[in-house]
This record gives sequence, C-alpha cells and structure tokens, in this order.
Amino acid sequence: MTPENQPPMLQLLAPDGTYGVPKGYEAYGKIIEGLDQDFLKTLYTDMARIRRFDIEATALQRQGQLGLWVPAIGQEGAQIGSGHGVGKNDHIFPSYREHGVALTHGIELISILKMMRGVNHGGWDPEETRFHHYAIVLATQVLHAVGYAMGVKLDGKVGTGDRDKDLAVISYFGDGATAEGDVSEGLLFAAVNESPIVFFIQNNQWAISSHIDSQTKVPLYTRGEGFGVPGMRIDGNDVLACYAATRLHMDNARSGDGPFLLEALTYRIGAHTTSDDPSKYREEAEVDEWKAKDPIKRFEIFLRRQGIGDDFFEEVKVAGDDLAKKIRAETFALEDPPLENIFNHVYTEQHPEIDKQRAWLEAYEARMGDHE
Amino acid sequence: MTIAKFPLPDVGEGLTEAEMVSWLVAPGDHVTVNQTICEIETAKSIVELPCPFEGEVDELLVQVGDTVEVGTPIISVRVTGDSPMLVADKPDPHPALAQEADTGAEYKIPTLVGYGDAGEAKSRRGRPVRPAATATAVPVAMMSAAAMASDAIIAKPPIRKLAKELGVNLAVVNGSGTRGEITREDVISSASQASVFKNLTTPAVSSEREERIPVKGMRKVIATAMVKSAFTAPHVSIFVDVDATRTMEYVKRLKASVDFAGVKVTPLLIMAKAIIWAARRNRMVNSTWSDTEIVVHYFVNLGIAAATPRGLIVPNIKDADAMNMIELATAIEKLAATAREGKTTPEDMQDGTITVTNIGVFGVDTGTPILNPGEVGIVALGSIRKKPWVVDDEIVVRQVTTIGATFDHRVVDGDVASRFVQDVASVMEEPALLLD
Repeated sequence: MTPENQPPMLQLLAPDGTYGVPKGYEAYGKIIEGLDQDFLKTLYTDMARIRRFDIEATALQRQGQLGLWVPAIGQEGAQIGSGHGVGKNDHIFPSYREHGVALTHGIELISILKMMRGVNHGGWDPEETRFHHYAIVLATQVLHAVGYAMGVKLDGKVGTGDRDKDLAVISYFGDGATAEGDVSEGLLFAAVNESPIVFFIQNNQWAISSHIDSQTKVPLYTRGEGFGVPGMRIDGNDVLACYAATRLHMDNARSGDGPFLLEALTYRIGAHTTSDDPSKYREEAEVDEWKAKDPIKRFEIFLRRQGIGDDFFEEVKVAGDDLAKKIRAETFALEDPPLENIFNHVYTEQHPEIDKQRAWLEAYEARMGDHE
Repeated sequence: MTIAKFPLPDVGEGLTEAEMVSWLVAPGDHVTVNQTICEIETAKSIVELPCPFEGEVDELLVQVGDTVEVGTPIISVRVTGDSPMLVADKPDPHPALAQEADTGAEYKIPTLVGYGDAGEAKSRRGRPVRPAATATAVPVAMMSAAAMASDAIIAKPPIRKLAKELGVNLAVVNGSGTRGEITREDVISSASQASVFKNLTTPAVSSEREERIPVKGMRKVIATAMVKSAFTAPHVSIFVDVDATRTMEYVKRLKASVDFAGVKVTPLLIMAKAIIWAARRNRMVNSTWSDTEIVVHYFVNLGIAAATPRGLIVPNIKDADAMNMIELATAIEKLAATAREGKTTPEDMQDGTITVTNIGVFGVDTGTPILNPGEVGIVALGSIRKKPWVVDDEIVVRQVTTIGATFDHRVVDGDVASRFVQDVASVMEEPALLLD
C-alpha cells in the first residue's frame, strides 16, 4: 500500500515527538489540551513502569518462575492511553496481553504473574475492579463484553445523564481475534441492540506467526461497518491519541450513542509469548521500523519540550527498578495453591461427582507417598 | 556462604530438555541478577538464560554440547546480596560433595516446571511403570517401509535450519539420536564429509584444465581498491594482545539494561566506541592524504567492513563520533542488515575516515588489514577467546583478543600508530575509560 492510499489515522503525537491536531480531529485535540501536567506525567510513568515490569516478567519466566509470559512491549501507548480513557464506572474485558490496561485500573501486577505461574486464575474481583479476567481463549471476551453491555442497557444505566450511574463497556482484542466468528457475532449483537460498548482492537500486525495480511482484506477499522458499527483508526503508539479517542468514544457510548470500533495500529516488538521465536517468521527490518515509532520515546521528547527535566525521568527509572525488585521478591514468595482448589471452584454448592473425584485423588496421593 | 543452584527451566510450554550451546560466564566470575549466563537450544529455538542470583560463579555443572533434562542443576553460584527464596537441596550421597556441604550449605532455587518432577520425585513416588509395547512390535521390514513411505525425518527446527545453511540433505543423514533423530553432530559431520567428498571428486569431474572467471562487478571493484591502496600507501601494521574480559562483561551488562532492550550489543560496538575515542586523542589516524596536503578530519565516518554474499564492502556510519552508545549500536545493526540484503548504496560507502573490520567472527585471531582507499587507518578485531593470561604473576583464564591495525606511513608515524592502538586496547581492557 502506498502512503497516498493509507487509510486516515488519528495521530496527535508524531514519532519525532511533535504535537499537532490534524484537520477534522479537533474534538480529540481539545481533550488533550485540557489535561494538566501531572496527568501527562502519569501517562509516562505508567508506560515506563509496565515496560520495566514486562522485562522482569520475561526474565522470571526464563528462570523457571512462570509457566509462560506474554510480552506487551511496544503496545504501552495503546494500553496506558486507552486504559486511562475508560471512565470510573466502565467495565473492561481484556485479552491476555493487557498488562498496561490492568495497571491503570489498580490490578496488583503480582496477580497477573500468579496467573502465569498457575497459582490461580487472576484472583482479582472483576466487580470491584471492573477489570474482568484475562481471556485465554481469544475472542471469547468480545462476547462476554457485548453480553455485559446489553445487560447494562437493560438495567437502564445508559444515557440517563447521571454521571454516577451511567456506564459503558470496552473490549480489548487483537488483529488475530478479528478473524474469529466471535468478533463478528459480537459486532452484530452490539449493533442491533445499540449497546454501550467500544471495541478496541490492538492491531499489532502478528497473530503469533500469521501476518495481518492473512487475517483481513480491508483495514480493520472498517470491519464493523457491515454490521452497523462505525470505526476509526488511531495511532496505537501515540498515547495521547489513544487516550483522547477512548475517552471520547466511551463518553459517547455511555450517553447512548451505541457501539464504536477503534483500531489502534501498533506493533508487538517482542515474541507472541516466551514460547515462540519471532525471528523465525518476521524480518528484523520490520521490527526496526517499529522501534523507531516507540510510544515511550516519543512521549519523553514531548514531555521534555513541555519543560519536564532529567530529574523526573531519573525518578521514573529508579521507581521502575524498585518495582522490578519488588515483583521478583513477591514472585519468589508465592506459595503453591492447595490441591483441593482444583475441586473447590467448579460448583458453588457441593456436588457428588466432584466429591468422588476428590476422594479418588486423596487416595491416589496417599498411595504415592509424600508429595514433596 | 550460601551456594545456590539453578535448575534448567522449561522455557517453552512443556519442553523436557535442552542442549547447552554456550556458557557466557566462567567459575569465579561475578554475576548479577538477570545477567545472561548461557544460551540453550530447545526444540523450538535458541534461548538466553538470565541468572536468578547475584554472586560468584562456583561451578558450571553442564558442559557445552550436553543435552540435559529440565530440572537438572546447570550452574552453582556463591550467593551474595539479595537472593531469591532458596530451598535446601537434597543431602548429596557423594562424599566428595558432602565435604562441600560442611563449609557451606547447598541450596537451589525452586523452579516451576521440572523441579522434582523429571528426576527425583518420579523414582521416589514409585509411579507404576507402563510395560513397554514390545508385544505388539511391528516387524522391522514393515517399519522401515512405513518410515520410508512417510519420509519421516526426525530433526528439531534449528537442526533443519543448520542443515539448510550447510547444504546438507537430511534425507541421506543417519540420525544417531533416539528413534533416529538427527542431531547437530550428525549434520556437522555430514557437512564435513560432504566437503571432503567434493574436494576429491571435483577435479575428476571437470574436463577443463582451468576455469576463467571474468573480473567484473564486485570482484573488480574489490581488486582495484586493494591494489590502489596497497601500492600507493606504504602500509605499516602493528598488533597488540589485550584482555577483553571487562569488555565482554560490559557487553553483557548493556544487553541486560532496559535502555538497550531490543538493541544488538556486541564487542564490535565497544571496539567502535574505542576507535572513535582513540581517534580523538590521536587525530592523525583519522585523516586523508592528498599529495599536497593532509586533511585531518574532526569528525568520524566509521567504516565497517562487511562480508556479503557478493563480496567485501565497506559502508560507513556518518558522524559516528556524535552518536551515543544506543545510536551507534542501532547504526551498526542497520548497516550490517542493509549490507546483508545487498541494499548498501554508493553514498553509504563514500567519505569514510577510518575503518574497523571484525575478522573475529570468522574465528581467526588477527590479520593484516589493507587500508580502505582514501583512509590512513584500519583496525581489525580478532576473535575473543578464553586464554591463559598473567595477572599478578599468576596464570588465569581471561577473554583475550588481538587487535591488528594498519596505517598509511606517509601520514601516521610509528609513535602515533602505537599510541592509537594502545588507546584502543586500553578501552577494550577497561571500557570505563569511555566515560572520560
């Protein structure tokens, strides 16, 4: 595709750190220009924290402390920007790479590692945090999100104008998931029910080893059109564009405008997970091209132009290293879950089949001797 | 003093073993948390393992080339500083090791997968052993027919890749591994066999007495440049051996640092920085001879000799002296990638002021580089290997390399040349000098 026929994309912060509002996108610029400096600093701090966390988690996996790690390096702009754009009552349905979004909604980072270690399934309360559990079977979370959004509307919590009552739903998924039937079903149900939901696609261009070209023939932001869900493309490595677009369209959804789709164009710099080797399926030149569009670097340039100095960036770096140390210590302190957990959370009430299985396992363990 | 062991983790999902490809540390080395200590090759890929401890390497428990099961301790470290939660290792039945247990308790880091699973626990728990399926064994003739029909070559992807690179046809290799799996050694030995075979047969096959290769293209350009250089500039070469251990440590630290995430860091990068630094202290090596005047450059366009499938080319990094370490690393990586793809432009190769050539990657210790025409200095980085080295009158194992350099004697006299090379060597010995 030549640059001339590239689809339009909202970008407020160019890769060289220059801020500018393109014609027709003034509403998004207005949101950014109303922000105070402390909030801008928070966006930077969160991006830097989550990257440092990601690096430490990768090392912990390589040291045998996690079964798997799912790196999100390169996608911090899309995740931190949009995460902060979600309102205080809104509900979030993530896939399994949304560590940055989790951070913006108060999820303890160690909880994510607990899941990757197999200690539990996340363990946080989705009602309290409004951040639902990671979906391992991709694209299912889109159905969960749409169902939840349909319920919100039935409860009459959309478009009342009461800020404490109204809420919307956001579902995060990737380019690979768009090729699954669940996403099409979700778009259709959201459209016909005029559900308060934003579909947030992080198009990181690779579904494990399958390139985006094998997932779609049209730009993904147009995927909802046939179902009646309008969409737009935003620069997923521009934290400001991601914040402004998410905030504006979540506000719209909350006030009863129906569903909307955001395609954040970004790139996964690392592997799909610690179990694959991306050098086997993609060119280094492509990775380099995207490293030059790094979301954190360009935002640092922007902040420095706003007069924020070395002290701040040094502070963030030190805080990141402290976080890494803390996470490391917490990971090593994690205890194995008791074996009966396998049975405890299957049914809310006692169940004869589960009792039978529990008894069998106990007998088996007794026969085999010490567990350790 | 606590000695802690690091058992081989399962770095994929459900991998049971891995081959030790290389050790990046040696007994006595200081290691930090997350420092890369070794490379292992699994059925999926080559993976670098970061150290979970800080301390001093006590012993490497696995040799390069060994295939080890997940859960097998691969290294022991005398832990200092913050260490993760450790669990006591089993008392060792071997008296030789038991003595060690008197002086310091032995511990290991509990890893998630493999720990106590593949080895010890299995036997302790006395899991019922499934009888081998010999009763229903398929007749040998049928088996081989079936194997031939399905064309079953058993080899891990990295081995297949190696075979492709070496031009080895896996179908004709007899695998020495389990169930006929083709191993790295099988491929390498097959490749060396093949080259012997080729050498023996090639002359016999050819009916011609000689072959005439037209001198054109890259070969002609290389030849012209070399002759011009060798016969216009009187070359003088000097060599110095240097202990590059600290450079290797520095490379490791940079690799582990957040700022360098995703950037390729190699000893060549430190060498490049060293040359830029030394050229600033000895300006004459970074100049051009033009019969009437010597143009001394106050900038450095650093040439990097690159072997490409089409031959040798020397693209340069413009204004390399103005770059910080990350920028330079990125520039070197980009230059190499562009050269490999054959996309280097004539402009990339013009206006170089001094050149470095990394002949160490070919496994040789040093050589006499020939000047890139128009330049008066070129430095060669030899291979960096563990060698005996004298420190405080004692022979110790250090990572040693040889720096070779050639100068145009019309411009650079022996004293300047020697000082320059000494400066480069001193940075390789102590990269902290770059902070100057």
